[in-house]
Amino acid sequence: MKKTDNMVWRSFASVRLALFTLLILATTSIIGTLIPQKNPPEFYIENFGQRTAQFFQMLDVPDMYNSWWFISLLLLFSINLIVCTIDRLPNVWQMVVMNNLDTDPERLEKMPHRQVFHARGDAATLADTAATLLAKNGWKAQMASKPAGPLLFSQKNAWSRLGVYAVHFSILVIFAGAILGSTLGFKAGVMLPEGRVTDTVYETGTGNPLPLGFTLRCDNFNVSFYADGATPKEFRSDLSVLENGKVTIDKRPIIVNDPLSYKGITFYQSSYEPMQGFNVVITNKATKTSQTFQIPFGQKISWKEGGIDFGVINQEVRSRMGDVNRLKVWFFDGQGEPSIFWMDNNATQTISRPAATYEFEASQVYATGLQVAKDPGVWTVYAGCILMLIGLYVAFFLSHRRIWVYITREEAADRCRILVCGASSKNKIAFEKEFTALVDSFTHDSTFQNA
Amino acid sequence: MNSSQLLGITTFAYLFSAMLYIALFVFRAKKLGLFATLITVAAFLINTAGIGLRWQESYQAGIGYAPLSNMYESLVFFAWAIAIFYLGLEWKYKNRVLGAFSMPFAFLSMAYASFSPTFGKEIKPLIPALQSNWLIAHVITCFVGYAAFAVACGMGIMYLIKDRKTNGAADSLLASLPELKVIDDIIHKTLVFGFLWLSAGIITGAVWANSAWGTYWSWDPKETWSLITWFVYAATLHARFTRGWGGRRIAWLAVLGFISVIFTYYGVNFLLSGLHSYGGN
Repeated sequence: MKKTDNMVWRSFASVRLALFTLLILATTSIIGTLIPQKNPPEFYIENFGQRTAQFFQMLDVPDMYNSWWFISLLLLFSINLIVCTIDRLPNVWQMVVMNNLDTDPERLEKMPHRQVFHARGDAATLADTAATLLAKNGWKAQMASKPAGPLLFSQKNAWSRLGVYAVHFSILVIFAGAILGSTLGFKAGVMLPEGRVTDTVYETGTGNPLPLGFTLRCDNFNVSFYADGATPKEFRSDLSVLENGKVTIDKRPIIVNDPLSYKGITFYQSSYEPMQGFNVVITNKATKTSQTFQIPFGQKISWKEGGIDFGVINQEVRSRMGDVNRLKVWFFDGQGEPSIFWMDNNATQTISRPAATYEFEASQVYATGLQVAKDPGVWTVYAGCILMLIGLYVAFFLSHRRIWVYITREEAADRCRILVCGASSKNKIAFEKEFTALVDSFTHDSTFQNA
Repeated sequence: MNSSQLLGITTFAYLFSAMLYIALFVFRAKKLGLFATLITVAAFLINTAGIGLRWQESYQAGIGYAPLSNMYESLVFFAWAIAIFYLGLEWKYKNRVLGAFSMPFAFLSMAYASFSPTFGKEIKPLIPALQSNWLIAHVITCFVGYAAFAVACGMGIMYLIKDRKTNGAADSLLASLPELKVIDDIIHKTLVFGFLWLSAGIITGAVWANSAWGTYWSWDPKETWSLITWFVYAATLHARFTRGWGGRRIAWLAVLGFISVIFTYYGVNFLLSGLHSYGGN
């Protein structure tokens, strides 16, 4: 059985199926925009009732875009695209590469655009003039001798017939990229406090630990706000990468929209969390000695070499998240009364003691929230996207235009019959104008005005 | 003169322009034609100046961003895109009646931007996720597409009106409308143009999402709705290219597609929740 006669093949190759799939995809996609996705089962029971929730779980509605039936629809869509291409491309390819000088003269007489006129003179001379006129109008012509006289042919953008197949293929390329990403890649997240390291991130959704293969350190996190004090202006983390004990990336700042990529894994600034603790730097101005600490809230800390005990004994919290605005410090160097004072977060306070003067710098410890993605398919997807845009442009705005000029000797009347005809794969109205202008340039030429 | 004043004037200028085109159509007042075009060009220039001034003002406010980042600014740009798309169409088809079915969309967009109490018009600093050049590319490509779809919808309505009436007694009012064949051609060309830009809009959005969140596609309601819209227009184009649909059916699909556009743009922001929630501020 020929593949073209097979019923199954025919239906998979049909545009009817394409229309059906597109509309089913469009309508079913709505479900997931109305019913919140990827929530825990309790959410659906609470909002929709036990029975409906059960029904939802049965049809994978809570994660419908990854459900078996939605994936099947996408698969059907892909098969439709592939079969349709295999079915039609050979013919279209034939149209692109065919030798139009072989076209049957009978068919030329039936072209959608055509004009006939007569001229005196030798057929070969007229053919030369016709070639010149075609060239003048931007049509580079080839010529062949037919039994009845010379035939000229010229075409533009023959390859534009492939545009639509480029678009179809680009969709498959995008799907391939998506499959590559979802099978070989991962989406994960990690909350990393300042000064801490991790070699593991946690998969989004499941929370499964995934090894990075290297160590990531958060050196610093900063959030800055606009003058209104409420709108965040920038979240910035300084990240370092360590491999085999060696620092391979040193304090690279990342912000939203400017991630860090290392060995195929990309770290995106996503959120932050204030921690219960402070980064403290104490400097003895007399001895010029300095020490850095990361201390918990409400605990006495000792700096033995400096002879100092200190701690944060109270804090003033600004937001529900726990951002500290001000903190209360207890500070004692063994002489006289301890110093107790309030200071701003992220500031330096000078402490004057009987024996020495100290600088006390404190800032709340933050954890940076990173989204971590490994997606080896992303460049495939982008390549598909670019191909799609080029393909759409070609498919929509370029047309395969063909012009024939066929000159035949009419012995009885001692003159030549000249047939100018043409066809365009699309945008017939524009081609009509172009064709008329071309014919005009022929009929206005003195060589063709002597009949 | 500040940008809100200029954009306020723009609203009324588009109203005036739309009314002139409608008068031109209803009263067959051909003499109004050139005047209508001049008003539209003027309105478009004021709109452009308004956007430019707002851009400058954002720099003066120490924030500095392209005014394309919230509901208000996108509506203003939508009106701008409709106006320039329509002017191009008028120039190409040398027919001013088309304005009666296009410019009302530009006016409605500006009017909604100016008078809606649900979102603010002030220049607000951009949250970190919006600080990206992809924002500009994404908004421009999307709204050029949306503008084309708005005009296609207007042309679809025009087709349906003309077609309904010519079935009965020939109405001289409708005689001033282009022939059905011509309207059909305009609808098709407009849809094709819009589809290319919508595709570019979805793609730039995906690239941006990937640079901000590490996922180019997350089935967020906005993304999903843009894809639904894309499916609707893709189906429309296939129905026409390969099954020879035309006339009323394509006219209806142009209207249906635009309803999907409106839902993608407006409905998702206000009726559903998702990553694009800031669009509603």
